[in-house]
Amino acid sequence: MQFQFESLAAFLHMDGHGPFVWAAYAVTFVALAALAFQPRLQRRRLKRELERQQRIEARRRSVEAQRSRAAEPA
Amino acid sequence: MHPVRKQRLILVLVLVGLSSAAVALVTYAMRNNMNYFYAPSAFAAGEVPFEKRIRAGGCVVPGSVVRAGDSLDVRFALTDGKAELEVVFDKILPDLFAEGEAAVVTGRLLQDGRVRADQVLAKHDENYTPPEVAESMAAEASCAGGAKI
Amino acid sequence: MAWQWFHRLGSPRWFYQKTSAWMPWLALASVLLIGAGSVWGLGFAPEDAKQGNSYRIIYIHVPAAFLALAGYYIMAISGAIGLIWKMKLSFVVMRAAAPIGAVLTFIALFTGAVWGKPTWGTYWVWDARITSMLILLFLYIGVIALARAFSREQVADKACALLALVGTVNIPIIYKSVDWWFTLHQPATIKFTEKSSIDPSMFYPLLTMIIGFYCLYAWTLMAHTREKILQREWRTSWVQQLMRGKSMTESKAG
Repeated sequence: MQFQFESLAAFLHMDGHGPFVWAAYAVTFVALAALAFQPRLQRRRLKRELERQQRIEARRRSVEAQRSRAAEPA
Repeated sequence: MHPVRKQRLILVLVLVGLSSAAVALVTYAMRNNMNYFYAPSAFAAGEVPFEKRIRAGGCVVPGSVVRAGDSLDVRFALTDGKAELEVVFDKILPDLFAEGEAAVVTGRLLQDGRVRADQVLAKHDENYTPPEVAESMAAEASCAGGAKI
Repeated sequence: MAWQWFHRLGSPRWFYQKTSAWMPWLALASVLLIGAGSVWGLGFAPEDAKQGNSYRIIYIHVPAAFLALAGYYIMAISGAIGLIWKMKLSFVVMRAAAPIGAVLTFIALFTGAVWGKPTWGTYWVWDARITSMLILLFLYIGVIALARAFSREQVADKACALLALVGTVNIPIIYKSVDWWFTLHQPATIKFTEKSSIDPSMFYPLLTMIIGFYCLYAWTLMAHTREKILQREWRTSWVQQLMRGKSMTESKAG
């Protein structure tokens, strides 16, 4: 098994078929990379959403605690 | 299996079966339209309308390609092994167009039985071989005589 | 008792925890195999006697088309299992399979188009193979769109499963279209019942790519399924714990 092209330029040119071959590979790898990274983005979004929920929950609790303290007779 | 699940399984199978049957019937009814092109024997049998945009496909008969000296005009014959069809064309042929290889042409059937093509596409086969191996195989044409198109 | 493993499989939490260990290995295998297969196919496999170098697109076109078809069966069968056994996880797998299948079908169509130009002489023809493949893309997009059309997940799951099941009829049509009708597309190169019509020196890189795409499919399907599980189960204590545990270690590290 040996490298089939004489130079890098010949490898890129591929006897005139280079643009077709490289476009096909480039689009494929971009699409596959998007598939692979989408779950990570979703995870980050979910985490942010959960943290927001937690902050809201914490604020609600502290407000409630203050209110119940205020309502209690000294 | 639980009877309720069995019932749902049967429902799913019936759904798939019915939709398959429906699609099978539709494709059967349209079976002529599902073909991308007519074979040369369909032209010989008179199944192809004159002066309408149609496609013809077949093997380019070896030795039939005649190029005009002063223009791009070219004529060649297509075959499916049963009949031959003459095609005339006046533009640049695709790189993979060759005698003994399959081609698909789009054009009109003329009254004299020839097809005037305005587009010629090369139909390559499913074989992949390195150049050295292809040479040692004595340059066998992929569809010689239109055995398959 | 024989069904016990089957019902355990239906637990999203069990699936999430079980697959955690596999993810990095599947990712590594797919990156290595696809990387090696691409270099092999692009630079080291010999050129084709007739098509020259343009045939090198086969190394992504065929694996993508393979998985686009196989992935549809995975989506439809998951939908059927979800309908019959009311298994939550099965619907999640079905929903995760839709975008992956759509991307693979798009890759098969796109690479086919740019391969068609230098060989056939055109980017696109409406022959039976290419048209049925376009219908496959619409089916995948249909499942994705249908899922978004319903606000209630359970209704969306059922509707998607029904559409996916009805669409299965298209798969044998795609596969056999090149034999049943006259098409511009050539018949299959890789045959299961007889000798494949491709030279071994060109077949081994193709096989590497096909195995690599299978690994990539398994990896991305699991990754998408796992994220969808977290989204659906975010109220449960195990997801809350999981997410909090992660964010705590991250904030410590930062």
